[in-house]
Amino acid sequence: MSYRKLVLLLAFLLIVPIAIFLVYAFAQGWFFPALWPERWDSELFLRQLRDPQVRRGFEQSLVVATGVSGLALLLGYPAARVLELQQFRGRGLIYGLFFLPTVVPSVATGIGLNIVFLRLDLAGTLFGVMLVHLIPVLPYVVLTLGSSLAHYDRNYEHQAAVLGASPWLVFWRVSLPLLLPSLVVAGVLAFLISWSQYVLSLLIGGGKIITLPMLLFSAASGGNYSLIASLSLIFIAPLLLLLGLVARYLGSPATGATPRP
Amino acid sequence: MAKWRSWLGLAPASIIMLGLFGSSLGYGIAQSLGWLPFLDQRELSLAAYRNVLVGQQLGGQWWSALLFSLWVSCAATFGSACICLGLLSSIAERQQHYRGLSIVSNLHLAIPHSVWAMALLLMLSQSGILARIGFAVGWLDQPKDFPVLVRDRWGIGIILAYITKEVPFLLLIGLATLRQQGRAYLLVAQSLGANRWQRLRLVLWPLLAPSLISGSFLVFSFIFGAYEVPALVGVRYPEMLATMALELFLNPDLQARAEGMAVSMLMSLIILAVVGLAWRWREQR
Repeated sequence: MSYRKLVLLLAFLLIVPIAIFLVYAFAQGWFFPALWPERWDSELFLRQLRDPQVRRGFEQSLVVATGVSGLALLLGYPAARVLELQQFRGRGLIYGLFFLPTVVPSVATGIGLNIVFLRLDLAGTLFGVMLVHLIPVLPYVVLTLGSSLAHYDRNYEHQAAVLGASPWLVFWRVSLPLLLPSLVVAGVLAFLISWSQYVLSLLIGGGKIITLPMLLFSAASGGNYSLIASLSLIFIAPLLLLLGLVARYLGSPATGATPRP
Repeated sequence: MAKWRSWLGLAPASIIMLGLFGSSLGYGIAQSLGWLPFLDQRELSLAAYRNVLVGQQLGGQWWSALLFSLWVSCAATFGSACICLGLLSSIAERQQHYRGLSIVSNLHLAIPHSVWAMALLLMLSQSGILARIGFAVGWLDQPKDFPVLVRDRWGIGIILAYITKEVPFLLLIGLATLRQQGRAYLLVAQSLGANRWQRLRLVLWPLLAPSLISGSFLVFSFIFGAYEVPALVGVRYPEMLATMALELFLNPDLQARAEGMAVSMLMSLIILAVVGLAWRWREQR
């Protein structure tokens, strides 16, 4: 297969699911085995958009994912700098600490933390859910920023410092502009890992916090295809939007986006 | 001074990670050993592990879930690794940059597994899009003529969902290697007269093997412990270990919690062993 064809095939495979969701969400009276719906209607989709439960799920997902991204960048950036730019004993150990949670299943970490969070009165709170989402999110933020820092020339910072810039000015005028693509990509990555998280939200949210994946799961067990399709569209719309905005950064190794199974 | 400052940057992230992960591990182990303070039960025992491994009720369920998890993870990992290698070998020689492929593969990684599984369900179920097409073309007379491909007892739906989802991941891992060193070696081999098969076997495979094999271990360990896809496009029997663990844990009978913990601990232990083996293998090379 030629390179072009492969890229086109993968792009096609991205469009197919979205097309399927669109058809199922807007089709009316589409009974098996009809190949094409009798008519199109946006009624069901709009009803989902207006549904208070869906709105609440969307809002809480948004609050959690945005909060987690901010928190992860705030915690992850200084950590990645130390890990990548300095030599010290125990560096491998710290890397291990950030690597382990990426392989231990979230079912295992979630059921372990369920009681801990209940005792700390964090279960069923938005902050508790954000905190637990840091387990899958923070490692990828640290790894992404770390691998971008490997391409980073620190001498620009030294130069600014020699010329008399304060540490804050150095960050604001030198490091931030140079690392912006990577910080943006890490933030988007954090958002989407948190946005897609089901098991941890379920185990810590305790039914009080409703996120979109939970609504999708309950729709899936109900088996109403047009409902599943509508929710899937609502679920992935913000992700597509965000990714569209950063897509051009994703092709460059200097951004450091760490792939995730 | 410099030492102290450097730790300051690392401390918050490490402390939070260690706190969350450590307490999860600690409480997980304690509860799997029967320490259930909310039931006023504080005696430690291996009863939950015994019930899970050889118990009358759960023993059979555990072993069949273990086998099923191994089958699904191995099949999906092997399938996606082979497809990825095939694709990379067909493009490696003609390409200098991989920008487009890397963007589109990254976009694939952004689709959540749960949504991907739902798309597969709408596509492949017995009243899905493919069945409708089959009907229109005249291959089927009724929905049940269409093969059960999702929510089937062999886990075909789960495996298909994972293969299609993990190929882009492995492509990205492979591209990272190819980008650094691939083309020059292949061109040298070509000018020395190596044919296509020789180039694949003697140049491309040795180049890609380390990263592709470590990537496959990550894929395996992810699939082995993931909950979403088997919960959405799997069946209740046979089920995977992750769904068994969570169901036991959410069981209204609080005694089942210890058993759910034991299942999840054993499952994590297997994953850690596999990852540890992969790590040692990489160190030795």
